[in-house]
Amino acid sequence: MRTAVDVLMVGVGGQGTVMASDILAEAALAEGFDVKKSDALGMSQRGGSVVSQVRLGTKIFSPMVKKGEADILLGFEKLEAARWAGHLRSHGLAIINDQAIPPFSVSSGSEKYPPDELVLDLLHRKTERVFFVQGMALAQEAGTTKALNAAMLGFLSVLIDVINKGAWLESLTRALPARLLDLNLVAFEMGRQAAEAARKPLERGT
Amino acid sequence: MRIMKKLLSGNEALALGAYHAGVRVAAAYPGTPSTEILEALAGYPGIYTEWSTNEKVALEVALGAALGGVRAMSSMKHVGLNVAADPFFGASVTGIQGGLVVVSADDPGMHSSQNEQDNRHYARFAKVPMLEPSDSQEAYDLIILAFALSEEFDTPVLFRTTTRISHCKTVVEAPDNLAPKVGEARFVRNPSKYVMVPGYARPRHRAMEERMERLAAYSEVFQYNRVIPGEPKLGIVASGVAFQYAREVFSDASFLKLTMTYPLPAELVRRFASSVERVIVVEELDPFLEDSIRALGIPVEGKSLFPIVGELSTEVVEEGGRKGGLLPPAPTPWGRGWRQDSVQVAVEVGCLPTEVGATATQRRLQSADPAGQGKCDAQPGDGAAASLPLRPPVLCPGCPHSACSFALRRLGFYRSMPTSGQADGGKLPGSMRPSGLIVTSDIGCYTLAVYQPLLALDTCVCMGASIGMALGMEKAGIQNTVVAVIGDSTFLHTGIPALVDVVYNQGRTTVIILDNETTAMTGHQGHPGMGVNARGQKTTKVCLEDLCRGIGIKDVHVVDAFDMEQVSATIQGCVARDEPSVIIVRGDCPLHVRAPGEPFAVRQEDCDGCNTCLRVGCPALVRVGNKVTIDPTMCVGGNCDVCAQVCPREAIVLGSQIEARVQGPGSRVGLMESEELVGGCPRDVGVDVPRPEEKE
Repeated sequence: MRTAVDVLMVGVGGQGTVMASDILAEAALAEGFDVKKSDALGMSQRGGSVVSQVRLGTKIFSPMVKKGEADILLGFEKLEAARWAGHLRSHGLAIINDQAIPPFSVSSGSEKYPPDELVLDLLHRKTERVFFVQGMALAQEAGTTKALNAAMLGFLSVLIDVINKGAWLESLTRALPARLLDLNLVAFEMGRQAAEAARKPLERGT
Repeated sequence: MRIMKKLLSGNEALALGAYHAGVRVAAAYPGTPSTEILEALAGYPGIYTEWSTNEKVALEVALGAALGGVRAMSSMKHVGLNVAADPFFGASVTGIQGGLVVVSADDPGMHSSQNEQDNRHYARFAKVPMLEPSDSQEAYDLIILAFALSEEFDTPVLFRTTTRISHCKTVVEAPDNLAPKVGEARFVRNPSKYVMVPGYARPRHRAMEERMERLAAYSEVFQYNRVIPGEPKLGIVASGVAFQYAREVFSDASFLKLTMTYPLPAELVRRFASSVERVIVVEELDPFLEDSIRALGIPVEGKSLFPIVGELSTEVVEEGGRKGGLLPPAPTPWGRGWRQDSVQVAVEVGCLPTEVGATATQRRLQSADPAGQGKCDAQPGDGAAASLPLRPPVLCPGCPHSACSFALRRLGFYRSMPTSGQADGGKLPGSMRPSGLIVTSDIGCYTLAVYQPLLALDTCVCMGASIGMALGMEKAGIQNTVVAVIGDSTFLHTGIPALVDVVYNQGRTTVIILDNETTAMTGHQGHPGMGVNARGQKTTKVCLEDLCRGIGIKDVHVVDAFDMEQVSATIQGCVARDEPSVIIVRGDCPLHVRAPGEPFAVRQEDCDGCNTCLRVGCPALVRVGNKVTIDPTMCVGGNCDVCAQVCPREAIVLGSQIEARVQGPGSRVGLMESEELVGGCPRDVGVDVPRPEEKE
């Protein structure tokens, strides 16, 4: 019997991944869950991979999501989502921002960015429930691409049904500076609408 | 009193606990994963906080405060305690007046360190008690107890965390509006306790041994050392984050959860061992508890099941459990639903460029090794996932270390820079030059220049080592020219005595101080050369060039970090002279103070694809087809025009100077459509991409 919801958030330094995971963790805490979270810190701001792990449930021991046990993979970037696909549990939920940020080895021409087919294939080995989100477009429409994480959280909030919308909004309000709040709330709402529209699992490109 | 429920990192909880315990003085040197402790403390009122020049000074400041009667704390990363070992051992001899807690944040798995060491040994070595929290709540509770313990037993207390305790956030219940009681500073003269001449130190050693006996008795009744009853078949002994992994994996077992791990509560361990059929110790790194328990004559297993190298995880503990027959065998080696042919698939769909096949194979082998823990965090790889391009940390766009590293590489073991013809052929730019410049380096962002494409460094060992090692090579009779490269904060940390040594012992070493006027790698903490203190206030600034001249270096230069020719010419001039020299390469960290300027761009009709600019290692430069473009969202422009300086065809200019602006990859959305754009290139650019684990 599962007693925890395990969420893995992955992205690239600068995308707001850690802040998004903080907002989820605080919202879960407000809903009365025991929460533990772990961030890969240190070198992330230099454009490296970022991994945040959030576990919520009645009683949590390990602060780390076990490989093959993540219920949800929230990918802010496709290569990172592909890299962590193996951490999903079977039939877990993958929510992927449809954005590619090439690492240095790709931009210098010595390696190739994985094609969408490979990204999808890696995810499909674990689950058929893969959602691609036009996160950058949603955030841009809300006013700034910096609101990407709010849009992604909006999408997540519809599909993670143990946290009420009120707790999400409170957590967003606490985490964001007042001058950026409205914009992020718009992005969050747009993410929610996108999720409502996409509730039926989409498999882009197949 | 109102109780608040908060989600805090171990470091934040520890700082809050120390504040509530009435700590008066806190001193530290930044180092992952310990840095946030002092940063958090600096935000509380009534506490004197300082970034010290190094950990030895930090601990001495805290010890002085403790002898002055107030509660004091010093926090550092594991290797910091090596630097502070001298006062640490000394404080154990003198004892304290106000409570003294030394926090050591270890880094199993080396997320951001140059070595992996188990600082629990320091507790036994220096004969001080040690506490280990297993989550943020315990970090909060125990740090308060640590101060009380320190005062009750007249001893410094070693408070040991690890990366997963310091950086993970867990729920903490703590008073919201507690007004801490801060003791009054008062020094009571007591030379036989505080002046350690042999005649006074001998009785102190006896006092230390008696103290350890009393502490061992206290450990037996210490409330946080506790038995969690369960099935008697299996008894697990664990502490720290390893306890959490073990609880998750062996959910039915009996547990002895240790929190005071030195001195060990021997009777409690004996009672626990006699109540269970099999005793297993789950601990990270060395068999510290296991050896002690075995020494009690108790049959125990630990490192025969769990690795001594790297950090543990639920998976690794599970693996050990299977090995010991404590768990049923796994259905598949790598979780459910994972296709075994994944690697083959990756090759078929063209994910593995053939020329990097060997490297990718090595990576797969690493990631397929379940004992290679610590790797599963940065590189979770499974088959095809392992062959995905890595995303290692690189020097940032506009980094002041790039030009100097590039210049050093040109003088180093690589014979020549590629010409356009060579580059197109995908060949190495000439063979190795045995007479190349040797670069001893140090701990900081600039250590990233060891990787492709900069390949500029030859050694990096510990804080401040670069200068002494350069002198040592010279005195050993190495014929190559040797230069030492060290950051500003690192130079002030432990580089100064080595530079004095160079002057005193008639060395002719050239020392390059990369001065970005901040402690960049740990997150821009203040240091003496920057003139900003731990609270972000302006303070007296130590002038590096004056300092070097004062030491006795006559040949001191200050050069602009973004002027490639000046940097290069100054290095060549200095190494040619028969006297010691210092070159201060000065330029701001782009993440710290600089506002971005107008981005540069590549005039496409002038670019012949020679790749010289790519060798600067700037992530804003992107190879598209046979040419290079500059991502305008990443280029910081301003005073950094290093790529333009190195371009042999002068094709790199300010974006506004290009009339028909060639569109770069922009936000990079949709770059995946342009797979065919990835062409051949010199093999030494980013082929052997390293794993993202760095020195700090």
